[in-house]
Amino acid sequence: MGKYGKIAQLHSLMAEKKISCTELTKQYLDAIERDNASLNAYVKITPEAALETAARVDAKIAAGESIGLLEGIPMTLKDNISTKDIETTCCSKILKGYVPIYDATVWSLLKKQNAVLLGKTNMDEFAMGSSCETSCFGGAKNPHDTTRVAGGSSGGVASAVGANLAAFGLGSDTGGSIRQPASFCGIVGLKPTYGAVSRYGLIAYASSFDQIGPITLSVEDAALVYDAISAQDPMDSTSSGQKEPTVSSLGKDIRGKKIGIVKEYFEGVRPDVEKALQNAVEVFRSLGAEFVELSMPSIHYCLPVYYILACAEASSNLGRYDGIRYGYQTEHYTDRNDMVCKTRSEGFGKEVKRRILLGTYVLSAGYYDAYYKKAQNLRGAIVKAFDLTFEKCDVILAPTVPMTAFPEHYAAKDPVETYQTDICTVPANIAGLPGISVPCGFGDDGMPVGMQLLGPKFSEATLLNVAAQYEQAARETVFRPVEMGVSL
Amino acid sequence: MKNWELVCGLETHVELATKTKIFCSCTTEFGGEPNTHCCPICIGLPGTLPKLNKAVVEYAVMAGLATHCEINPDAKMDRKNYVYPDLPKAYQISEYDQPLCRNGYVELSNGRKIRLARIHIEEDAGKLVHERGNTLVDYNRGGVPLIEIVSEPDIRSIDEAVEYLEKLQTIMRYIGVSDCKMQEGSLRCDVNISVRPAGSDKFGTRTEIKNMNSFSHMIKAMEYEMERQIDLLESGEEVVQETRRYDESTGCTEEMRGKEDANDYRYFREPDLVAIRVTPEMLEEIKARMPEDLQVRYNRFVKDYGLPEADAKLILEHRRIADYFEKAAAGIKNPRTVANCITGPIFARLATEAEKADFNVPVSAENLNALVKLLDEGKIRMNLLKSTLEKMLDTGKPASEFLSEKDLAGISPDELRKICEQAAADNPNAVKDYRAGKEKALKAVLGAVMKATRGRANPQEAEKILAEIMSN
Ligand SMILES: [Zn+2]
Repeated sequence: MGKYGKIAQLHSLMAEKKISCTELTKQYLDAIERDNASLNAYVKITPEAALETAARVDAKIAAGESIGLLEGIPMTLKDNISTKDIETTCCSKILKGYVPIYDATVWSLLKKQNAVLLGKTNMDEFAMGSSCETSCFGGAKNPHDTTRVAGGSSGGVASAVGANLAAFGLGSDTGGSIRQPASFCGIVGLKPTYGAVSRYGLIAYASSFDQIGPITLSVEDAALVYDAISAQDPMDSTSSGQKEPTVSSLGKDIRGKKIGIVKEYFEGVRPDVEKALQNAVEVFRSLGAEFVELSMPSIHYCLPVYYILACAEASSNLGRYDGIRYGYQTEHYTDRNDMVCKTRSEGFGKEVKRRILLGTYVLSAGYYDAYYKKAQNLRGAIVKAFDLTFEKCDVILAPTVPMTAFPEHYAAKDPVETYQTDICTVPANIAGLPGISVPCGFGDDGMPVGMQLLGPKFSEATLLNVAAQYEQAARETVFRPVEMGVSL
Repeated sequence: MKNWELVCGLETHVELATKTKIFCSCTTEFGGEPNTHCCPICIGLPGTLPKLNKAVVEYAVMAGLATHCEINPDAKMDRKNYVYPDLPKAYQISEYDQPLCRNGYVELSNGRKIRLARIHIEEDAGKLVHERGNTLVDYNRGGVPLIEIVSEPDIRSIDEAVEYLEKLQTIMRYIGVSDCKMQEGSLRCDVNISVRPAGSDKFGTRTEIKNMNSFSHMIKAMEYEMERQIDLLESGEEVVQETRRYDESTGCTEEMRGKEDANDYRYFREPDLVAIRVTPEMLEEIKARMPEDLQVRYNRFVKDYGLPEADAKLILEHRRIADYFEKAAAGIKNPRTVANCITGPIFARLATEAEKADFNVPVSAENLNALVKLLDEGKIRMNLLKSTLEKMLDTGKPASEFLSEKDLAGISPDELRKICEQAAADNPNAVKDYRAGKEKALKAVLGAVMKATRGRANPQEAEKILAEIMSN
């Protein structure tokens, strides 16, 4: 504990008065000023509020009070997490100028701990995309190679954290949106069990899939942040909070733990990515873990099930953006229908419109049984398949993405092919399972490769410990810091 | 010329009387400055989530129990997607295929049972305000809990429709789940209506008249629509299935939207809410809280208390009044007297329906009971009871404050005879008239006796004595 954690490191620097919170915050703000132009990770920077919080933390330290682990730590939030008095747009033109009048629960939890919010980070419009390029602010770039994408949809958070422009951030994961960009940017991303973290204030994409989670520089940081935000929330009736704290379980021996290799996850994986994963398997063997070969044919149905159900929910969730009460409104119109129509035509981007149309179609009377209902039934089957699989192993090891970060504009060429890149991440969202992406080396192109570990519902403590054990054993070979941002 | 029969079913919306809205803690109070009873949740701001008010489920279960419904232990809520400015989320959270209550009925006075297909809960929408060429939205009503009570097409006449709706109104008020005020929109209904040759068992094509918010409009709209459909059918034309609106100014119904653009609501399970579980314990607890069944209590009022049906109905219109009556009538020989006190002098002081519902009466049931007992015991007469009750209503004080020892002492037959003789002597002209055959003249002398005894005399006895004295 505290060996590699960025948060623990910054915390002790402040607690030991080697740096003040204000100085630390200023360093991050300066770095953002310098590097954000090439990364486009932040879409909104909030220096005044950040320095105000920092001053409060400094006053506490000066008064000799002890500070919490997350207190004074500079961080960021994906732009779909509502922040009171700070514009929150989901990187969509339709929400430009929208300033929430309330805080998302995750943000109020962190706010109470005096975490320092540096600003809001880039994302695919309404979290729909796998490359962060559908943002109305333009895409976020990969800190390992700025001609490549950061990944989607929480690409801004991953880019900011990967480039040391924030110590940690919160993203949201509907079909892999935390794990995929974390994998592309060579950092850690945790998608918690559905319901473990309150969704209140998260601007919905697909309600039964969405989950907020941490994007961090280490597994230990992920555990720390997860423990801080996973509380049962009366404002979200689907929230249950966590089952056991995770930080205290880090450091446990994983000898004898059964790790499942589900062969369907490896179909179509690029050879260099598979090689990196093979190396990870060897590390686990050296730690005394055992491997079981398994098969889950229902993995093949996950993509269509995901796109049908997620788009159906999205088409309903996005109906409220009509230009009447907040956000963008078209300038010229004749009557109400014309206004709503033009506002939505001009306000939503192509990918969002595509998914709204798809969702409306699969829910409509003539097609409901053929698509939505069938997908719902398959969802049940996939949940059962996972239950059976986890009778045979403790965690599943899989690629996070079958490839490394792709060059810019690759996604726009073939949307369906881009959907395929979600193949390894969506099953966890369909079944509501926790999943974590941990860096496990590099591809032939020199870009980071992510390893995904999946567990049964509410197994975060085990999952994070298994990931942490791997990370500590393999850290020197799988982690390569970028020459950007704050170096502390 | 054929004889036509009405086939009608009602979809009734009842606003529940919970203190807070269905998915947030905003007040459900009627009125208020526009958009002041609102929060991020009920105006559907991005990122907000609904949280189901438990009281809404309990109220709906009570409504179901009071109408003999089966209660679904595993209900769920669904989204009904449609875009309208008064619906801020662009969907309404309602129940689609697993409503909370099913298969109930309401019994009419002719013994016919109007079956209920379902009762489900949902949220109300806001309200559009048209002002100086602008349309504004007031979301105060948005998120107020509703139950929708859907009847089978069992109604066969306009009278039955009116009785059915009145009965629902009475039941819902009686069990306390709604005030059912049509003028404030807390009770409103859609009428599904068709006609068919009398005796036929086939259904004709129906139309739906939306949003009836008064009984008189409903009657007029149904009369008009029935006649319109009969005219169409008799002239060989067809009735088109459509939604119609009733125009109060013309008394006609007119097409609102045809079948061709019927809405596809794209229902699906509301992912932001967990399933509604009505556990056996919860059901037992609600049952224990329910008042006695309205019909059972009505029968008891008529049979055990001997109340005329009209009185029983009046008293049972509000549960508080019924409870008050039963307390006041405890141990009384003739409970009709108590009923008369309520429907007479007491109701005379309650001007509005709301005042009746509140039933804030200064005379406690115990004090009324004590007063009527004096009558039972022969200590006072009816007219003294009435005047005393008025004084009690004025002051809130018990009868003992207004009745002296003398009032309660009663009058001996000797004393009464003396008073009668004196009265006859004081009114020689009346006695003369009576002897000449004018029987009415006796009443004037009787009045003098009652006045002299300040109402304590038994008028029948006094009359007997007077007749004797005046005949001689
Ligand atoms: Zn509210």
